[in-house]
Amino acid sequence: MTSTFDLIWVVVGLPLAGFLFHAFVGKRVGKKVVGAVGTAVVLGAFALSAYLLLELLKLPAEEQQIISKLWRWIEAGAFKVAFEALIDPLSLLMALIVTGVGGLIHLYSTGYMADDEDYPRFFTYMNLFIVFMLTLVLSNNLLMMFVGWEGVGLCSYLLIGFWYKDKVNTDSANKAFIVNRIGDWGFTLAVILAFWTFGTLNFAGQENMFQRAMEMHQQKMLSAGIITAIALLLFVGATGKSAQFPLYIWLPDAMAGPTPVSALIHAATMVTAGVVMVTRCHVFFELAPAAMLVVAVIGVFTAIFAATIALAQTDIKRVLAYSTVSQLGYMFLGCGVGAFASGMFHVTTHAFFKALLFLGSGSVILALHHEQDMRRMGGLAKYLPITYWTMLAGWLAISGIPPLAGFFSKDEILAATFGTHALPVSMGQILWAVGLLTALLTAFYMTRLMGLTFWGEPRWAAAHAHHGKDDVHGHHGEPKESPPSMTVPLMILAVLSVVGGFIGGFAPLHIPNRFEAFLEPSAGLKVLGKQALGHLPVSVEWMLVWASVAAAVLGIWFGWVRYRRGLPENERELTGVRKVLYNQYYYDWLMVKGVGLWLGGRIANWMWQFVDVRLVDGLVNGIAGFTGWVGSSLRRVQTGYVRNYAFTILIGAIVLLVWLLIRGASAGLAR
Amino acid sequence: MEAIPISWFLVLSAFMFAMGVTGVVIRRNPIVIFMCIELMLNAANLAFLAFARQQVQLGAQAAGQVYTILVMAVAAAEVAIGLGIIVAIYRLRDTINVDEMNLLKF
Amino acid sequence: MFGQILFGIMALVIVVTSIGVVAVRNPVRSALNLVANFFALAVLYLLLYAQFVAAVQVIVYAGAIMVLFLFTIMLLNLGAPAELAERFEWKRPITWGLALLFVIVLAGGVFARLGEAQPVPDNIGTVQMVGKYLFTDWVYPFELTSVLLLIAIVGAIVMAKRRL
Repeated sequence: MTSTFDLIWVVVGLPLAGFLFHAFVGKRVGKKVVGAVGTAVVLGAFALSAYLLLELLKLPAEEQQIISKLWRWIEAGAFKVAFEALIDPLSLLMALIVTGVGGLIHLYSTGYMADDEDYPRFFTYMNLFIVFMLTLVLSNNLLMMFVGWEGVGLCSYLLIGFWYKDKVNTDSANKAFIVNRIGDWGFTLAVILAFWTFGTLNFAGQENMFQRAMEMHQQKMLSAGIITAIALLLFVGATGKSAQFPLYIWLPDAMAGPTPVSALIHAATMVTAGVVMVTRCHVFFELAPAAMLVVAVIGVFTAIFAATIALAQTDIKRVLAYSTVSQLGYMFLGCGVGAFASGMFHVTTHAFFKALLFLGSGSVILALHHEQDMRRMGGLAKYLPITYWTMLAGWLAISGIPPLAGFFSKDEILAATFGTHALPVSMGQILWAVGLLTALLTAFYMTRLMGLTFWGEPRWAAAHAHHGKDDVHGHHGEPKESPPSMTVPLMILAVLSVVGGFIGGFAPLHIPNRFEAFLEPSAGLKVLGKQALGHLPVSVEWMLVWASVAAAVLGIWFGWVRYRRGLPENERELTGVRKVLYNQYYYDWLMVKGVGLWLGGRIANWMWQFVDVRLVDGLVNGIAGFTGWVGSSLRRVQTGYVRNYAFTILIGAIVLLVWLLIRGASAGLAR
Repeated sequence: MEAIPISWFLVLSAFMFAMGVTGVVIRRNPIVIFMCIELMLNAANLAFLAFARQQVQLGAQAAGQVYTILVMAVAAAEVAIGLGIIVAIYRLRDTINVDEMNLLKF
Repeated sequence: MFGQILFGIMALVIVVTSIGVVAVRNPVRSALNLVANFFALAVLYLLLYAQFVAAVQVIVYAGAIMVLFLFTIMLLNLGAPAELAERFEWKRPITWGLALLFVIVLAGGVFARLGEAQPVPDNIGTVQMVGKYLFTDWVYPFELTSVLLLIAIVGAIVMAKRRL
C-alpha cells in the first residue's frame, strides 16, 4: 500500500543518485555540472522533505508516526530487522536540517573548492554523506540507524583526509575514525542488550522497544540495572560521535579537512547524531534516572571544559571546533534534564549559526589564501563586508543575545536545567550555574574571534609578503570578497540565525512554544510526564532570562575591551596558563600517547606473544606434531613377521566369537 | 545303525581348526605352516558335511557335498602355487625361515 | 554300534595326528601325520554318507597334495632335524591356551543348540547325485573353478622358471 509518505525513499534516493553520478561520470563532465548536480540533488531532497512535513502536519498528533518499509533485510528466527523509515516530527526535522543546511553548504562548496582538482571526488563523498545521514535520522530501528551511524563515520574519515597527500590530514582522519569506533563499541553493546531485553529493535510500530520497555516497567519486570546499562552504553556511542568528554579529541584535529566539511559534518549534522539518537531513545533515559544524571553532568562539564580551551586557540577553525564541542554539551545538558525538545531546538539553531560561522571563516581563509592563524589576520571588516556582516549575526546568535536564535534555545535549556525535577539529586541549580558561566565564556571567546579577525589593524600584510605555501594565484594585494556562490548561503544562514528562534516561543511572555508542540509526538516525556520539567513561576523565569542576557553582555564586553584593537601583545606567543589551555590540559596528549600508544602497544605485544605465538601456533603445530607422533608409534605394528599377524588375527577371531556367542546366549536362543 | 550326533563332528572340526591355527602361529617352517593351513581347510570340509546332514531338502544336502568338492579344488590350486613360491624363495634366499622374510617391515 | 565304534577310533586318530602335525619337529614326520589325518577323515566322510567326497579326499588330498608336499620337503632338503634353533617365545603357551579356549567355546556353543541328523534320502552321496547338482545348480562355480585351476597351472609354471 503506497502512500505519499513512501516518497521518503526518493528523499534518500536523490543524493544517492548524485553519489553514483559523481562516482562514475564525475571526472568526465565539467566542474560546473558536478557542482550543479551535487547541489541540486540535495536541495531537491530538501523540497521533498518540506512537502512531506506539510503532509505530516495535516495529521492529528497521535498519528504523526508513519512507517514506510522498503525491504525485509534480516529475518533470522526471532531476530527481525527491516529497512524501514519512520516519518515523524523528529526525523523530518532532522531531514530538513540535513538537506537544507547541507544544500546550502553544497552550493558554498562549488565556490570554495573551485580550484581544487579533486572536485568530483569531493562531491561524491559529500553526497554519500547526505545519504548516510538521512539513513541515520530516518531509520525505524537501532540497527539501521547504526548503518547510517557507521556510514557517516566513514564519510567523515574520507572527507577529513580529503587532501590525503599530507600526512597530518590522514592522521586526523584515522584519529576520527578510531576514536569513533570506541563509541561504536558502546553502541553495539547497547543494541545487543536492547534486543536481548526487548526482543525487537524498532522505534515505532506494532512491536517496538519503547512500548515493551514501558510495559515491563509498569509490571515491574524491567531491572533498573539493565535499562541503565542500555542507556549508558547508548550514551557512550553518543559520546564518540558527538565529541563529548572523554572522546572529543578527534574533533579539533578534524579541522584538517576542507571548511565546508567542517561546517556540514562537524557542526551541523554528524556531530548532532548523538543528540538525535538520545532524543529518539528518550524513553530509555526516562526509565533510567541515573543515566540522565550522567548525561547532564557530562554535557555541562564538556561545555565548560571546551569553552576554556577555546579561549586560547589561535587557529580560527579550532576555536569553532571547541565551540561546537561546548555547544553540544549544552544539547546533552538539555536532554539530561528531560528537556529533549529543547535539546533539539538548540540542535536546529546551532546548525544555522555554527554552519554560518564555519562558512564565514572559510570565506576569510580563502580570501587570505588559506591562512588560518588568527594572529595573522585582523582588520578584515572593510575588505570582506558581506562575510563580516553575516558573521556578526552568527556571533551575536551564539553569544545568546536576544532576539537572535541562540538566545532562545540556550535560554530554554538553562531554564529547564534550573527547574528540573527529573534528576535524582536536585543538582539543577548547580548545573545551571555552570551553564551560565559557560555562556559567558562563549560570548567572550567569540568576541575574541571577531576581534582578532575583523577589527583592529591588519596583520596579514606582513605575513602575506612571505607567503609561500599555497600561493597559487601569486597575487598580493588586498583580500577580496568571496563569490556569490559562497556569500548567498552566508546570507541565508544569517537570516535564519536571526529569525529562527521565534518558533521556540518565550515562556515569560507566554508566547507558546510551537517547536516543542511540534516535537511532542517524538520527544514528549512519556514516562516522567511534563511535571518532571518543573514549573517555574514567571518571576523566576524572568530572572533567569536577565541572568542569561547579563552573562552574554558581560562576556562580549570583556572581549570587546581586550580585543577591539586586535591582538594584544602578550598573546603573540603561547605561554603559561594559555599554553595549558591550548594543549587541552594535555588530555589529548595523555590519551593518544599514553593510553593509545604506550598501553595499547603493550597489550598488542602481549597478545601477539601469548595468544598468537603460543596458543594459536602452538595448537596448530601441536596437532601436526601429534599426528606425526601417532603415526610413528603405530608403524611399529608392521613387523613384517607373518606369524605375528596370524597371531593377532587369532586373538581377534576369538574375541569376536566369544562376543557373538554371548550375545546369542543372552538373546535367549539357548535350547 | 544309530545315528551319531552331529555335534561330535562339529567339535572335531573345531579341534582340527584350532590345531591348524596353532600350527600357523607357532611353526617357522613355511611348509609346515602350509600343512596346517590344509588342516584348517579340511576342518572346514568336515563342518560342511556335518551341516549338510542337518538339512531337510536333498538339494541342500547335496549342496554341502558340492561345496566340499570345490574347496578341495581350490586347496589343490593353492598348494601348487604356494609350494612354488616357497621354492622360489629358497632359491633366492637359501633359507626358508619365515622369521627372516620381513621385507614388509616398517 | 559299529558306526559309533568306528567313529570313536577315527576321532582318536584325528586328534592325535592333528597334534602331531603341529608339534612334531621333523617336517617329514609332520607330513606323514597329516596323511594319516586325511585317511581318517575319509572314513568319517563315509559315515556322513558322502562316499564320493571320501573317495576324492583320498585321491586328491592324500594322494596328490601330500605327495607334492613330500616332494618339496625332500627337494629343499629339509629333512634334517636341525630345524631352526628353537628359543622360547611367549607366543607358544599363549597360542596353545587360546586354541584350547577356542575349542571349548565352540563346543559349548555347538552343544547348546543343535538339532539331530535328518533321515537319509536315497541316492545321497553317490557320484550321480553329486554330479547332477554340480552340473546344474552349481555349474557356475564349477566352471570358475576350472578357470582357477588353469591359473594355478600357469602360475606354477611361471614360478618354476629358472630365471623369473
